[in-house]
Amino acid sequence: MAYHSVREAMAAFRRAPGLAVLSAMSIGLSLFVLGTFGLVTYNVEVTLRSIERRVEVVAYLRDDVSAAQLEVLQNDVGSFPEVENIDHVSKFDAIRDAMQDLEEFREVFTDLEVNPLPASIEVQLKSEYRDPESVERVAELIALYPFVEDVRYGREWVEKIYQLRRLGGAVAAILGIAFAVVAILIIGTTVRMAVLARREEIIIMKLVGATDGFIRRPFLLEGFITGLAGGLLALLLTYGAYLAVNGSLIDLEWLPPLWAAAGGLAGGVLGLAASDAALRRHLITYA
Amino acid sequence: MIKLINVYKEYPRSGLALKNVSFHLRKGEFAFLIGPSGAGKTTVLRLIHMAEQPTDGEVRVSGYSSGRMKRRDIPKLRRRVGMVFQSFRLLRDRTAAENLAFALEVTGARRSEIKGKVQRLIAQVGLAARAGAYPEELSGGEQQRIALARALIHDPVVLLADEPTGNLDERASRGIFDLTRDINSAGTAVLMATHNLDLVRRYPQYRVIELADGAVVYDSVGETSEPNGVS
Ligand SMILES: Nc1ncnc2c1ncn2[C@@H]1O[C@H](COP(=O)(O)OP(=O)(O)OP(=O)(O)O)[C@@H](O)[C@H]1O
Ligand SMILES: [Mg+2]
Repeated sequence: MAYHSVREAMAAFRRAPGLAVLSAMSIGLSLFVLGTFGLVTYNVEVTLRSIERRVEVVAYLRDDVSAAQLEVLQNDVGSFPEVENIDHVSKFDAIRDAMQDLEEFREVFTDLEVNPLPASIEVQLKSEYRDPESVERVAELIALYPFVEDVRYGREWVEKIYQLRRLGGAVAAILGIAFAVVAILIIGTTVRMAVLARREEIIIMKLVGATDGFIRRPFLLEGFITGLAGGLLALLLTYGAYLAVNGSLIDLEWLPPLWAAAGGLAGGVLGLAASDAALRRHLITYA
Repeated sequence: MIKLINVYKEYPRSGLALKNVSFHLRKGEFAFLIGPSGAGKTTVLRLIHMAEQPTDGEVRVSGYSSGRMKRRDIPKLRRRVGMVFQSFRLLRDRTAAENLAFALEVTGARRSEIKGKVQRLIAQVGLAARAGAYPEELSGGEQQRIALARALIHDPVVLLADEPTGNLDERASRGIFDLTRDINSAGTAVLMATHNLDLVRRYPQYRVIELADGAVVYDSVGETSEPNGVS
Protein backbone atom coordinates (compact mmCIF):
# COMPACT_ATOMS: atom_id res chain seq x y z
CA MET A 1 0.00 0.00 0.00
CA ALA A 2 2.77 2.43 0.92
CA TYR A 3 4.53 1.20 -2.20
CA HIS A 4 1.55 2.20 -4.34
CA SER A 5 1.38 5.71 -2.83
CA VAL A 6 5.07 6.39 -3.31
CA ARG A 7 5.05 5.02 -6.84
CA GLU A 8 1.99 7.03 -7.83
CA ALA A 9 3.36 10.24 -6.31
CA MET A 10 6.65 9.74 -8.17
CA ALA A 11 4.76 8.98 -11.37
CA ALA A 12 2.89 12.27 -10.92
CA PHE A 13 6.20 14.16 -10.74
CA ARG A 14 7.47 12.30 -13.79
CA ARG A 15 4.32 12.99 -15.78
CA ALA A 16 4.41 16.74 -15.10
CA PRO A 17 7.88 17.69 -13.87
CA GLY A 18 7.41 21.29 -15.07
CA LEU A 19 4.33 21.72 -12.93
CA ALA A 20 6.02 20.19 -9.89
CA VAL A 21 9.09 22.42 -10.24
CA LEU A 22 6.97 25.50 -10.89
CA SER A 23 4.81 25.02 -7.84
CA ALA A 24 7.75 24.13 -5.59
CA MET A 25 9.41 27.34 -6.79
CA SER A 26 6.33 29.48 -6.19
CA ILE A 27 5.98 28.04 -2.73
CA GLY A 28 9.68 28.53 -2.18
CA LEU A 29 9.45 32.19 -3.17
CA SER A 30 6.46 32.96 -0.98
CA LEU A 31 8.07 31.18 1.95
CA PHE A 32 11.30 33.03 1.15
CA VAL A 33 9.53 36.34 1.84
CA LEU A 34 8.47 34.79 5.11
CA GLY A 35 12.01 33.58 5.79
CA THR A 36 13.51 37.01 5.14
CA PHE A 37 11.00 38.52 7.45
CA GLY A 38 11.75 35.87 10.05
CA LEU A 39 15.43 36.74 9.77
CA VAL A 40 14.72 40.45 10.24
CA THR A 41 12.36 39.81 13.12
CA TYR A 42 14.87 37.55 14.77
CA ASN A 43 17.62 40.14 14.49
CA VAL A 44 15.41 42.94 15.74
CA GLU A 45 14.57 40.67 18.63
CA VAL A 46 18.23 39.99 19.37
CA THR A 47 19.00 43.72 19.29
CA LEU A 48 16.04 44.63 21.45
CA ARG A 49 17.03 41.99 23.95
CA SER A 50 20.55 43.41 24.22
CA ILE A 51 19.11 46.87 24.74
CA GLU A 52 16.67 45.51 27.24
CA ARG A 53 19.47 43.90 29.16
CA ARG A 54 20.54 47.42 29.97
CA VAL A 55 17.16 48.22 31.46
CA GLU A 56 17.82 48.74 35.14
CA VAL A 57 16.31 50.43 38.13
CA VAL A 58 18.71 52.80 39.91
CA ALA A 59 17.97 53.77 43.52
CA TYR A 60 19.91 56.78 44.77
CA LEU A 61 20.62 56.61 48.49
CA ARG A 62 20.73 59.38 51.06
CA ASP A 63 24.21 60.28 52.25
CA ASP A 64 23.39 59.28 55.80
CA VAL A 65 22.51 55.66 54.99
CA SER A 66 24.19 53.22 57.35
CA ALA A 67 25.98 50.02 56.33
CA ALA A 68 23.30 48.00 58.16
CA GLN A 69 20.48 49.77 56.27
CA LEU A 70 22.26 49.23 53.00
CA GLU A 71 22.56 45.54 53.72
CA VAL A 72 18.85 45.28 54.58
CA LEU A 73 17.99 47.00 51.31
CA GLN A 74 20.24 44.74 49.27
CA ASN A 75 18.87 41.61 50.93
CA ASP A 76 15.27 42.72 50.54
CA VAL A 77 15.55 43.77 46.93
CA GLY A 78 17.67 40.73 46.09
CA SER A 79 14.80 38.51 47.21
CA PHE A 80 12.24 40.15 44.84
CA PRO A 81 11.22 37.51 42.29
CA GLU A 82 11.82 40.03 39.45
CA VAL A 83 15.39 40.81 40.37
CA GLU A 84 18.34 39.18 38.70
CA ASN A 85 21.28 41.09 40.07
CA ILE A 86 22.16 44.06 42.28
CA ASP A 87 25.25 46.25 42.16
CA HIS A 88 26.17 48.69 44.89
CA VAL A 89 27.78 51.89 43.66
CA SER A 90 29.37 53.86 46.52
CA LYS A 91 29.84 57.63 46.44
CA PHE A 92 33.48 57.03 45.59
CA ASP A 93 32.59 54.62 42.74
CA ALA A 94 30.16 57.20 41.42
CA ILE A 95 32.65 60.04 41.23
CA ARG A 96 35.34 57.78 39.78
CA ASP A 97 32.96 56.53 37.05
CA ALA A 98 31.88 60.07 36.35
CA MET A 99 35.45 61.26 35.96
CA GLN A 100 36.15 58.39 33.61
CA ASP A 101 33.04 58.81 31.53
CA LEU A 102 32.97 62.58 31.35
CA GLU A 103 36.55 63.55 30.65
CA GLU A 104 35.62 67.14 29.82
CA PHE A 105 34.43 67.69 33.38
CA ARG A 106 37.35 65.95 35.09
CA GLU A 107 38.70 69.23 36.38
CA VAL A 108 35.37 70.30 37.76
CA PHE A 109 35.20 67.06 39.77
CA THR A 110 38.79 67.31 40.98
CA ASP A 111 38.24 70.84 42.27
CA LEU A 112 35.26 69.87 44.38
CA GLU A 113 35.73 69.67 48.11
CA VAL A 114 32.81 67.42 48.84
CA ASN A 115 31.60 64.58 46.65
CA PRO A 116 28.18 65.70 45.33
CA LEU A 117 27.24 62.36 43.81
CA PRO A 118 25.01 60.00 45.78
CA ALA A 119 25.65 56.33 46.39
CA SER A 120 23.22 54.04 44.60
CA ILE A 121 22.19 50.49 43.96
CA GLU A 122 21.65 49.33 40.37
CA VAL A 123 19.04 46.65 40.01
CA GLN A 124 18.91 44.38 36.93
CA LEU A 125 15.66 42.55 36.25
CA LYS A 126 15.15 39.06 34.93
CA SER A 127 14.36 39.05 31.21
CA GLU A 128 10.73 38.05 31.71
CA TYR A 129 10.20 41.08 34.02
CA ARG A 130 11.50 43.82 31.75
CA ASP A 131 8.04 44.99 30.71
CA PRO A 132 6.87 48.46 31.76
CA GLU A 133 4.54 47.32 34.56
CA SER A 134 7.09 45.09 36.28
CA VAL A 135 9.82 47.71 36.07
CA GLU A 136 7.53 50.33 37.52
CA ARG A 137 6.37 48.03 40.31
CA VAL A 138 9.93 47.26 41.38
CA ALA A 139 10.83 50.95 41.25
CA GLU A 140 7.87 51.84 43.45
CA LEU A 141 8.70 49.17 46.00
CA ILE A 142 12.28 50.36 46.29
CA ALA A 143 11.13 53.98 46.65
CA LEU A 144 9.27 53.01 49.84
CA TYR A 145 12.54 52.69 51.81
CA PRO A 146 13.07 55.94 53.75
CA PHE A 147 16.80 56.11 53.03
CA VAL A 148 16.17 55.92 49.30
CA GLU A 149 16.33 59.44 47.97
CA ASP A 150 15.11 58.82 44.45
CA VAL A 151 14.47 55.98 42.00
CA ARG A 152 15.14 56.26 38.29
CA TYR A 153 14.60 53.99 35.31
CA GLY A 154 14.38 54.72 31.63
CA ARG A 155 10.60 54.79 31.60
CA GLU A 156 10.25 55.94 27.96
CA TRP A 157 12.86 53.47 26.86
CA VAL A 158 11.22 50.58 28.56
CA GLU A 159 7.89 51.45 27.01
CA LYS A 160 9.31 52.03 23.54
CA ILE A 161 11.18 48.79 23.47
CA TYR A 162 8.12 46.99 24.65
CA GLN A 163 5.97 48.57 21.95
CA LEU A 164 8.52 47.89 19.24
CA ARG A 165 8.61 44.26 20.17
CA ARG A 166 4.83 43.94 20.18
CA LEU A 167 4.63 45.68 16.82
CA GLY A 168 7.28 43.35 15.42
CA GLY A 169 5.36 40.35 16.67
CA ALA A 170 2.09 41.56 15.16
CA VAL A 171 3.61 42.38 11.76
CA ALA A 172 5.38 39.01 11.69
CA ALA A 173 2.14 37.22 12.49
CA ILE A 174 0.14 39.07 9.82
CA LEU A 175 2.75 38.63 7.09
CA GLY A 176 3.25 35.03 8.17
CA ILE A 177 -0.43 34.25 7.76
CA ALA A 178 -0.63 36.11 4.44
CA PHE A 179 2.24 34.25 2.85
CA ALA A 180 1.19 30.93 4.33
CA VAL A 181 -2.18 31.47 2.63
CA VAL A 182 -0.40 32.19 -0.66
CA ALA A 183 1.59 28.98 -0.30
CA ILE A 184 -1.56 27.02 0.53
CA LEU A 185 -3.37 28.39 -2.53
CA ILE A 186 -0.46 27.47 -4.78
CA ILE A 187 -0.22 23.94 -3.45
CA GLY A 188 -3.99 23.58 -3.50
CA THR A 189 -4.06 24.56 -7.18
CA THR A 190 -1.26 22.15 -7.99
CA VAL A 191 -3.04 19.28 -6.32
CA ARG A 192 -6.33 20.24 -7.93
CA MET A 193 -4.66 20.10 -11.34
CA ALA A 194 -3.13 16.77 -10.44
CA VAL A 195 -6.55 15.48 -9.38
CA LEU A 196 -8.14 16.67 -12.63
CA ALA A 197 -5.31 15.20 -14.69
CA ARG A 198 -5.98 11.84 -13.07
CA ARG A 199 -9.75 12.07 -12.97
CA GLU A 200 -10.18 8.89 -14.99
CA GLU A 201 -7.96 6.92 -12.66
CA ILE A 202 -9.79 8.21 -9.61
CA ILE A 203 -13.14 7.24 -11.16
CA ILE A 204 -11.86 3.74 -11.86
CA MET A 205 -10.44 3.49 -8.36
CA LYS A 206 -13.82 4.34 -6.89
CA LEU A 207 -15.51 1.99 -9.32
CA VAL A 208 -13.48 -1.03 -8.29
CA GLY A 209 -13.72 -0.31 -4.57
CA ALA A 210 -10.52 1.51 -3.56
CA THR A 211 -10.82 3.18 -0.17
CA ASP A 212 -10.79 6.98 0.12
CA GLY A 213 -7.54 6.77 2.04
CA PHE A 214 -5.93 4.78 -0.73
CA ILE A 215 -7.07 7.26 -3.36
CA ARG A 216 -5.97 10.28 -1.35
CA ARG A 217 -2.61 9.10 -0.10
CA PRO A 218 -0.57 9.60 -3.30
CA PHE A 219 -1.93 13.14 -3.64
CA LEU A 220 -1.19 13.94 -0.01
CA LEU A 221 2.34 12.63 -0.44
CA GLU A 222 2.72 14.69 -3.60
CA GLY A 223 1.58 17.84 -1.75
CA PHE A 224 3.89 17.13 1.16
CA ILE A 225 6.93 16.61 -1.06
CA THR A 226 6.16 19.72 -3.14
CA GLY A 227 5.72 21.80 0.00
CA LEU A 228 8.86 20.41 1.59
CA ALA A 229 10.86 21.18 -1.55
CA GLY A 230 9.45 24.72 -1.46
CA GLY A 231 10.35 25.03 2.23
CA LEU A 232 13.93 23.90 1.63
CA LEU A 233 14.26 26.23 -1.34
CA ALA A 234 13.01 29.12 0.80
CA LEU A 235 15.55 28.23 3.46
CA LEU A 236 18.32 28.20 0.89
CA LEU A 237 17.23 31.55 -0.57
CA THR A 238 16.99 33.09 2.88
CA TYR A 239 20.47 31.86 3.74
CA GLY A 240 21.70 33.32 0.46
CA ALA A 241 20.14 36.67 1.34
CA TYR A 242 21.73 36.45 4.78
CA LEU A 243 25.19 35.80 3.29
CA ALA A 244 24.75 38.66 0.82
CA VAL A 245 23.72 41.21 3.42
CA ASN A 246 25.66 40.10 6.47
CA GLY A 247 28.91 41.97 6.98
CA SER A 248 28.59 44.18 3.93
CA LEU A 249 25.48 46.16 4.90
CA ILE A 250 24.83 45.27 8.51
CA ASP A 251 25.79 42.56 10.92
CA LEU A 252 23.14 39.89 11.21
CA GLU A 253 22.73 36.74 13.17
CA TRP A 254 21.56 33.60 11.37
CA LEU A 255 18.34 32.00 12.59
CA PRO A 256 18.59 29.48 15.41
CA PRO A 257 18.54 25.90 14.02
CA LEU A 258 15.11 25.22 15.46
CA TRP A 259 13.59 28.16 13.56
CA ALA A 260 15.27 27.06 10.35
CA ALA A 261 14.15 23.45 10.71
CA ALA A 262 10.60 24.53 11.58
CA GLY A 263 10.55 26.81 8.52
CA GLY A 264 11.57 24.02 6.15
CA LEU A 265 9.15 21.57 7.68
CA ALA A 266 6.36 24.15 7.65
CA GLY A 267 6.50 23.94 3.84
CA GLY A 268 5.82 20.22 4.00
CA VAL A 269 3.00 20.62 6.48
CA LEU A 270 1.45 23.41 4.40
CA GLY A 271 1.65 21.13 1.37
CA LEU A 272 -0.10 18.35 3.23
CA ALA A 273 -2.84 20.65 4.52
CA ALA A 274 -3.40 22.25 1.12
CA SER A 275 -3.64 18.86 -0.60
CA ASP A 276 -6.07 17.66 2.02
CA ALA A 277 -8.29 20.70 1.47
CA ALA A 278 -8.13 20.38 -2.32
CA LEU A 279 -9.00 16.68 -2.14
CA ARG A 280 -11.94 17.28 0.15
CA ARG A 281 -13.40 19.56 -2.49
CA HIS A 282 -12.73 17.31 -5.48
CA LEU A 283 -13.03 13.67 -4.51
CA ILE A 284 -16.52 13.53 -3.17
CA THR A 285 -18.41 11.95 -6.05
CA TYR A 286 -17.66 9.47 -8.76
CA ALA A 287 -19.17 9.83 -12.18
CA MET B 1 -29.56 -10.42 -2.22
CA ILE B 2 -30.36 -7.19 -4.05
CA LYS B 3 -33.55 -5.54 -3.02
CA LEU B 4 -35.11 -2.23 -3.93
CA ILE B 5 -37.96 -1.34 -1.58
CA ASN B 6 -40.28 1.51 -2.62
CA VAL B 7 -37.37 3.49 -4.00
CA TYR B 8 -37.78 7.10 -5.07
CA LYS B 9 -34.96 9.08 -6.61
CA GLU B 10 -35.20 12.79 -7.21
CA TYR B 11 -32.48 14.77 -8.94
CA PRO B 12 -32.24 18.45 -8.05
CA ARG B 13 -32.97 19.85 -11.50
CA SER B 14 -34.72 17.05 -13.38
CA GLY B 15 -37.28 15.91 -10.87
CA LEU B 16 -38.26 12.31 -10.10
CA ALA B 17 -36.10 9.78 -11.94
CA LEU B 18 -37.54 6.78 -10.04
CA LYS B 19 -40.99 6.42 -8.57
CA ASN B 20 -41.76 3.69 -6.07
CA VAL B 21 -39.48 1.09 -7.64
CA SER B 22 -39.38 -2.30 -5.94
CA PHE B 23 -37.84 -5.57 -7.05
CA HIS B 24 -35.77 -8.36 -5.64
CA LEU B 25 -32.90 -9.93 -7.54
CA ARG B 26 -31.96 -13.31 -6.17
CA LYS B 27 -28.58 -14.90 -5.85
CA GLY B 28 -27.39 -16.17 -9.22
CA GLU B 29 -30.37 -14.71 -11.10
CA PHE B 30 -30.15 -13.15 -14.58
CA ALA B 31 -32.37 -10.16 -15.32
CA PHE B 32 -32.75 -7.66 -18.14
CA LEU B 33 -33.59 -4.08 -17.26
CA ILE B 34 -35.36 -2.48 -20.21
CA GLY B 35 -37.24 0.66 -21.01
CA PRO B 36 -36.98 3.76 -23.18
CA SER B 37 -34.21 6.29 -22.85
CA GLY B 38 -34.55 8.28 -19.65
CA ALA B 39 -36.68 5.60 -17.98
CA GLY B 40 -34.23 5.30 -15.07
CA LYS B 41 -32.19 2.17 -15.86
CA THR B 42 -28.80 3.74 -15.18
CA THR B 43 -30.19 5.33 -12.04
CA VAL B 44 -31.21 1.90 -10.73
CA LEU B 45 -27.72 0.51 -11.37
CA ARG B 46 -26.05 3.50 -9.70
CA LEU B 47 -28.25 3.09 -6.66
CA ILE B 48 -27.25 -0.56 -6.37
CA HIS B 49 -23.60 0.47 -6.70
CA MET B 50 -24.23 3.10 -3.99
CA ALA B 51 -23.02 5.86 -6.27
CA GLU B 52 -26.36 7.50 -5.46
CA GLN B 53 -28.55 7.48 -2.39
CA PRO B 54 -32.32 6.98 -2.76
CA THR B 55 -34.41 10.03 -1.91
CA ASP B 56 -36.87 7.71 -0.25
CA GLY B 57 -37.13 3.94 0.22
CA GLU B 58 -34.29 1.51 0.72
CA VAL B 59 -31.70 -0.30 -1.38
CA ARG B 60 -30.25 -3.48 0.08
CA VAL B 61 -27.21 -5.11 -1.44
CA SER B 62 -25.55 -8.20 -0.05
CA GLY B 63 -26.12 -7.33 3.60
CA TYR B 64 -25.63 -3.57 3.19
CA SER B 65 -28.50 -1.11 3.36
CA SER B 66 -28.55 2.33 1.73
CA GLY B 67 -29.92 3.97 4.87
CA ARG B 68 -27.37 2.59 7.30
CA MET B 69 -24.44 2.65 4.91
CA LYS B 70 -21.26 4.18 6.29
CA ARG B 71 -18.99 5.99 3.89
CA ARG B 72 -16.10 3.70 4.63
CA ASP B 73 -18.22 0.62 3.86
CA ILE B 74 -18.86 1.72 0.28
CA PRO B 75 -15.52 0.38 -1.03
CA LYS B 76 -16.30 -3.01 0.52
CA LEU B 77 -19.66 -3.05 -1.17
CA ARG B 78 -18.15 -2.09 -4.53
CA ARG B 79 -15.91 -5.13 -4.36
CA ARG B 80 -19.02 -7.32 -4.12
CA VAL B 81 -20.68 -5.55 -7.07
CA GLY B 82 -18.93 -5.53 -10.46
CA MET B 83 -19.93 -2.93 -13.03
CA VAL B 84 -19.43 -2.44 -16.77
CA PHE B 85 -20.57 0.37 -19.05
CA GLN B 86 -21.37 1.03 -22.67
CA SER B 87 -18.15 3.07 -22.92
CA PHE B 88 -15.83 0.39 -21.39
CA ARG B 89 -13.95 2.91 -19.20
CA LEU B 90 -10.48 1.43 -19.49
CA LEU B 91 -7.42 3.53 -18.70
CA ARG B 92 -5.88 4.44 -22.03
CA ASP B 93 -2.29 4.65 -20.85
CA ARG B 94 -2.27 1.09 -19.52
CA THR B 95 -2.30 -2.24 -21.28
CA ALA B 96 -5.14 -4.72 -20.87
CA ALA B 97 -3.20 -6.60 -18.20
CA GLU B 98 -2.17 -3.37 -16.47
CA ASN B 99 -5.79 -2.23 -16.35
CA LEU B 100 -6.67 -5.38 -14.46
CA ALA B 101 -3.60 -5.16 -12.22
CA PHE B 102 -4.51 -1.54 -11.42
CA ALA B 103 -7.89 -2.62 -10.01
CA LEU B 104 -6.11 -5.06 -7.73
CA GLU B 105 -3.32 -2.68 -6.70
CA VAL B 106 -5.64 0.11 -5.67
CA THR B 107 -7.68 -2.22 -3.51
CA GLY B 108 -4.59 -3.25 -1.60
CA ALA B 109 -3.98 -6.69 -3.14
CA ARG B 110 -0.63 -8.27 -2.38
CA ARG B 111 1.78 -7.90 -5.27
CA SER B 112 2.54 -11.63 -5.25
CA GLU B 113 -1.07 -12.54 -6.07
CA ILE B 114 -1.72 -9.88 -8.70
CA LYS B 115 0.07 -11.47 -11.64
CA GLY B 116 -1.60 -14.88 -11.30
CA LYS B 117 -5.04 -13.42 -10.90
CA VAL B 118 -4.67 -11.12 -13.90
CA GLN B 119 -3.53 -13.99 -16.11
CA ARG B 120 -6.40 -16.19 -15.01
CA LEU B 121 -9.03 -13.51 -15.67
CA ILE B 122 -7.61 -12.52 -19.02
CA ALA B 123 -7.73 -16.16 -20.10
CA GLN B 124 -11.28 -16.44 -18.79
CA VAL B 125 -12.45 -13.66 -21.13
CA GLY B 126 -10.50 -15.21 -24.00
CA LEU B 127 -7.87 -12.52 -24.47
CA ALA B 128 -4.70 -14.15 -23.14
CA ALA B 129 -2.94 -13.36 -26.44
CA ARG B 130 -3.72 -9.64 -26.21
CA ALA B 131 -2.70 -9.03 -22.60
CA GLY B 132 -0.01 -6.49 -23.61
CA ALA B 133 -2.25 -4.46 -25.93
CA TYR B 134 -3.39 -0.93 -25.12
CA PRO B 135 -7.14 -0.19 -25.26
CA GLU B 136 -6.81 1.69 -28.56
CA GLU B 137 -5.21 -1.41 -30.07
CA LEU B 138 -8.23 -3.51 -29.10
CA SER B 139 -11.64 -3.77 -30.79
CA GLY B 140 -14.69 -2.58 -28.90
CA GLY B 141 -15.69 -6.16 -28.12
CA GLU B 142 -12.21 -6.91 -26.82
CA GLN B 143 -12.22 -3.78 -24.67
CA GLN B 144 -15.54 -4.79 -23.18
CA ARG B 145 -14.10 -8.22 -22.37
CA ILE B 146 -11.29 -6.57 -20.43
CA ALA B 147 -13.85 -4.37 -18.66
CA LEU B 148 -15.80 -7.51 -17.75
CA ALA B 149 -12.64 -9.15 -16.46
CA ARG B 150 -12.01 -6.07 -14.32
CA ALA B 151 -15.56 -6.17 -12.97
CA LEU B 152 -15.00 -9.78 -11.90
CA ILE B 153 -11.68 -9.15 -10.22
CA HIS B 154 -13.01 -9.37 -6.66
CA ASP B 155 -15.38 -12.29 -7.36
CA PRO B 156 -18.54 -10.18 -7.03
CA VAL B 157 -21.96 -11.60 -6.15
CA VAL B 158 -23.54 -9.53 -8.89
CA LEU B 159 -22.53 -8.00 -12.19
CA LEU B 160 -24.23 -4.75 -13.19
CA ALA B 161 -24.02 -4.10 -16.92
CA ASP B 162 -25.23 -0.76 -18.32
CA GLU B 163 -25.85 -1.35 -22.04
CA PRO B 164 -22.66 -3.37 -22.38
CA THR B 165 -23.30 -4.02 -26.07
CA GLY B 166 -24.48 -0.51 -26.91
CA ASN B 167 -21.33 0.34 -28.83
CA LEU B 168 -20.81 -3.05 -30.46
CA ASP B 169 -21.88 -4.67 -33.72
CA GLU B 170 -24.06 -7.76 -33.92
CA ARG B 171 -21.26 -10.31 -33.67
CA ALA B 172 -19.31 -8.59 -30.90
CA SER B 173 -22.55 -8.09 -29.01
CA ARG B 174 -23.29 -11.79 -29.15
CA GLY B 175 -19.79 -12.55 -27.91
CA ILE B 176 -20.14 -10.22 -24.94
CA PHE B 177 -23.60 -11.51 -24.17
CA ASP B 178 -22.40 -15.12 -24.24
CA LEU B 179 -19.61 -14.15 -21.87
CA THR B 180 -22.08 -12.65 -19.39
CA ARG B 181 -24.11 -15.87 -19.60
CA ASP B 182 -20.96 -17.84 -18.78
CA ILE B 183 -20.31 -15.52 -15.85
CA ASN B 184 -23.89 -16.05 -14.71
CA SER B 185 -23.67 -19.84 -14.96
CA ALA B 186 -20.59 -19.66 -12.72
CA GLY B 187 -22.90 -18.29 -10.01
CA THR B 188 -22.74 -14.50 -10.37
CA ALA B 189 -26.10 -12.73 -10.62
CA VAL B 190 -26.40 -10.37 -13.61
CA LEU B 191 -28.52 -7.26 -13.99
CA MET B 192 -28.23 -5.93 -17.53
CA ALA B 193 -29.72 -2.67 -18.72
CA THR B 194 -30.25 -2.86 -22.46
CA HIS B 195 -32.07 -1.38 -25.46
CA ASN B 196 -31.49 -4.58 -27.44
CA LEU B 197 -34.96 -6.09 -27.47
CA ASP B 198 -33.97 -8.80 -29.98
CA LEU B 199 -31.63 -10.13 -27.36
CA VAL B 200 -34.34 -10.04 -24.70
CA ARG B 201 -36.76 -11.91 -26.96
CA ARG B 202 -34.15 -14.51 -27.86
CA TYR B 203 -33.75 -15.52 -24.18
CA PRO B 204 -37.25 -15.83 -22.77
CA GLN B 205 -35.93 -17.87 -19.86
CA TYR B 206 -34.40 -14.71 -18.35
CA ARG B 207 -36.29 -12.31 -16.18
CA VAL B 208 -37.28 -8.94 -17.64
CA ILE B 209 -37.92 -5.80 -15.59
CA GLU B 210 -39.31 -2.92 -17.60
CA LEU B 211 -39.16 0.69 -16.52
CA ALA B 212 -41.10 3.57 -18.02
CA ASP B 213 -40.82 7.10 -16.79
CA GLY B 214 -39.18 5.98 -13.54
CA ALA B 215 -41.69 3.29 -12.61
CA VAL B 216 -41.63 -0.51 -12.98
CA VAL B 217 -44.32 -1.26 -15.57
CA TYR B 218 -43.55 -4.93 -16.11
CA ASP B 219 -41.66 -7.63 -14.21
CA SER B 220 -41.73 -11.16 -15.63
CA VAL B 221 -41.24 -12.59 -12.15
CA GLY B 222 -44.28 -10.61 -11.01
CA GLU B 223 -42.94 -9.35 -7.76
CA THR B 224 -44.00 -5.74 -8.08
CA SER B 225 -47.10 -6.47 -5.99
CA GLU B 226 -45.17 -7.75 -2.99
CA PRO B 227 -42.22 -5.42 -2.51
CA ASN B 228 -41.64 -6.38 1.10
CA GLY B 229 -41.69 -10.14 0.51
CA VAL B 230 -39.19 -12.38 2.26
CA SER B 231 -35.77 -12.88 0.74
N1 LIG C 1 -26.92 13.15 -12.41
C1 LIG C 1 -28.16 13.49 -12.80
N2 LIG C 1 -28.63 14.71 -12.50
C2 LIG C 1 -29.88 15.06 -12.85
N3 LIG C 1 -30.72 14.27 -13.52
C3 LIG C 1 -30.32 13.04 -13.86
C4 LIG C 1 -29.01 12.60 -13.52
N4 LIG C 1 -28.87 11.33 -13.97
C5 LIG C 1 -30.04 11.03 -14.58
N5 LIG C 1 -30.91 12.04 -14.52
C6 LIG C 1 -32.28 12.04 -15.03
O1 LIG C 1 -32.95 10.91 -14.52
C7 LIG C 1 -33.75 10.31 -15.51
C8 LIG C 1 -33.35 8.84 -15.69
O2 LIG C 1 -32.05 8.79 -16.24
P1 LIG C 1 -31.27 7.45 -16.49
O3 LIG C 1 -29.90 7.79 -16.91
O4 LIG C 1 -31.42 6.56 -15.32
O5 LIG C 1 -32.08 6.85 -17.70
P2 LIG C 1 -31.75 5.56 -18.59
O6 LIG C 1 -32.94 4.67 -18.50
O7 LIG C 1 -30.44 4.99 -18.18
O8 LIG C 1 -31.65 6.18 -20.02
P3 LIG C 1 -30.74 5.71 -21.27
O9 LIG C 1 -31.40 4.51 -21.84
O10 LIG C 1 -30.78 6.86 -22.21
O11 LIG C 1 -29.38 5.42 -20.74
C9 LIG C 1 -33.58 11.15 -16.75
O12 LIG C 1 -34.68 12.04 -16.83
C10 LIG C 1 -32.32 11.92 -16.53
O13 LIG C 1 -32.38 13.19 -17.14
MG1 LIG D 1 -28.56 4.76 -19.07
